[in-house]
Amino acid sequence: MSDVPMNERTAGQTLVQRFSNPTRFMAWSGRLLPFLSLLTVGVIGFGLYVGLVVAPPDYQQGETVRIMFVHVPAAWLAMFTYLTVVISSIGFLVWRHPLADVSAKAAVPLGAAFTFLALVTGSLWGRPMWGTYWVWDARLTSVLVLFFLYLGLMALRNALEDELLAGKLTAVLAIVGSVILPVIKFSVDWWSTLHQPASVIRMDGPTLHASMLWPLLVMAVGFSLFFFTLHLVAMRNEVMRRRLLTLQRGRARVGRSDTAATIVEG
Amino acid sequence: MTAFLAVLRRDIALGLREGGALGTALGFYLVVIAILPLGLGPDLDLLQRISGGVLWIGLLLSSLLSIDRLFAHDLEDGSLDVLMSGALPLELIVAAKAIAHFLVFGLPLVLFAPLLGLMLNFPLPAAGVLVGTMAIGAPAVSFIGAIGAALTLPVGRGGLLLALLMLPFFIPILIFGVATLNASLGGPGSAATPALILTALMLGALVLAPFAAAFALRVQFRG
Amino acid sequence: MSHEMFVGLSYGVTGVVFAGLIAWVVVTGRRRRAEIARLEAEGRSRNG
Repeated sequence: MSDVPMNERTAGQTLVQRFSNPTRFMAWSGRLLPFLSLLTVGVIGFGLYVGLVVAPPDYQQGETVRIMFVHVPAAWLAMFTYLTVVISSIGFLVWRHPLADVSAKAAVPLGAAFTFLALVTGSLWGRPMWGTYWVWDARLTSVLVLFFLYLGLMALRNALEDELLAGKLTAVLAIVGSVILPVIKFSVDWWSTLHQPASVIRMDGPTLHASMLWPLLVMAVGFSLFFFTLHLVAMRNEVMRRRLLTLQRGRARVGRSDTAATIVEG
Repeated sequence: MTAFLAVLRRDIALGLREGGALGTALGFYLVVIAILPLGLGPDLDLLQRISGGVLWIGLLLSSLLSIDRLFAHDLEDGSLDVLMSGALPLELIVAAKAIAHFLVFGLPLVLFAPLLGLMLNFPLPAAGVLVGTMAIGAPAVSFIGAIGAALTLPVGRGGLLLALLMLPFFIPILIFGVATLNASLGGPGSAATPALILTALMLGALVLAPFAAAFALRVQFRG
Repeated sequence: MSHEMFVGLSYGVTGVVFAGLIAWVVVTGRRRRAEIARLEAEGRSRNG
């Protein structure tokens, strides 16, 4: 993937001041991406092979156990992505680094997608195992709440016109969410033990045999690489969007006063 | 302390003078509860079984409905600027406003709940327990709601957004409030455990929420 | 439905969501790059 074609001289004036590190970020991420993409394709391909071909069907759940190889990594990544959002949010609020906001903004839709996948595959696993698509199981419920949290983060950012303010308030919401999330998890576990019907087969079975464990780990690594790759690309897209805004603002100013000096803005 | 009480008194006075807002919240609570049997059927046994949870959910919704303007009035008439430049820490201003919201909106809604319970065949002897658990939970709703009100302040009419953001955060209060109620109505387990956890949640919200809400306000006005 | 169908559906949904994410980032990236190139070309011709 080639880097953004841009005039280095104007970039030195307009962008380096505002996004000195983002410019460097674009350079190294552009070089890293091809390798990362290839690695992701390789690991997920290998994971699919060991998960669908090599791994034996479970003695209890039969072929259905293979859903685990996408369901569990999706659930892990749903949580890991939220961690990424929270760390980026703290970074943005404490150090006011614009790239941290870019990272938080780029991660949220990915996290929502992973959470959605965890819910859908969980429900597709639940149908043959439990006889119903949805069970108010503690884990499914917690993941559902996580999904609501992602929706809230996207909705809040969408609702605010001022982008800087949107970034800050979304960061506050993400951090508040990270404080409340364990409490919600605890409540839902407590609630679920109170209501849990007696005859629920645990999703993960009694113990995980090694022949099941390592395809799962390969897929988890694959999903993580997929997240890193897409997060990088989404961050690059966001940096470019902000660059575009700066360029358009600069152009509007040039159109008015026609002096190149006004491009340099604070 | 006097400044804190002054803000508290001012907000209570303002809230009471605007009787319309409280009327709307109470009316909303009434309509939400009244529409349920129309959807579920008039089976009194069924209604009694779900009455506790339904009354709690109605309380959360109508409390949220009234909290989205917590800071909006003060922003519009400029008094928020005055408050923020005063000596009283913003955290305490938020706390005072949340307490005022609880007293003006939360408490009437809580006291209204047993009356609405009559429509759902809620056992009348348990009215004391219902009001008691709700009185523990409602301050937490006001305080956590204040975070949402601060976050959605620049949005303008942010009521729907506020509900989307904040309802997930009310899940613990809902779970332990309803659990306390059901346990004391003869459900499984003792009522003391969920009641204590509910109290702990309320106290935690009282301490932590003002910081989060004040931070969200500072971010908006002081960069 | 057979169990294999649920497995297939799960992997299918995952594939569709992943493909959607990839398409989303690639398409927006391409659009933004083109737009930046256009604006910078305009800026160069104006400033000489």
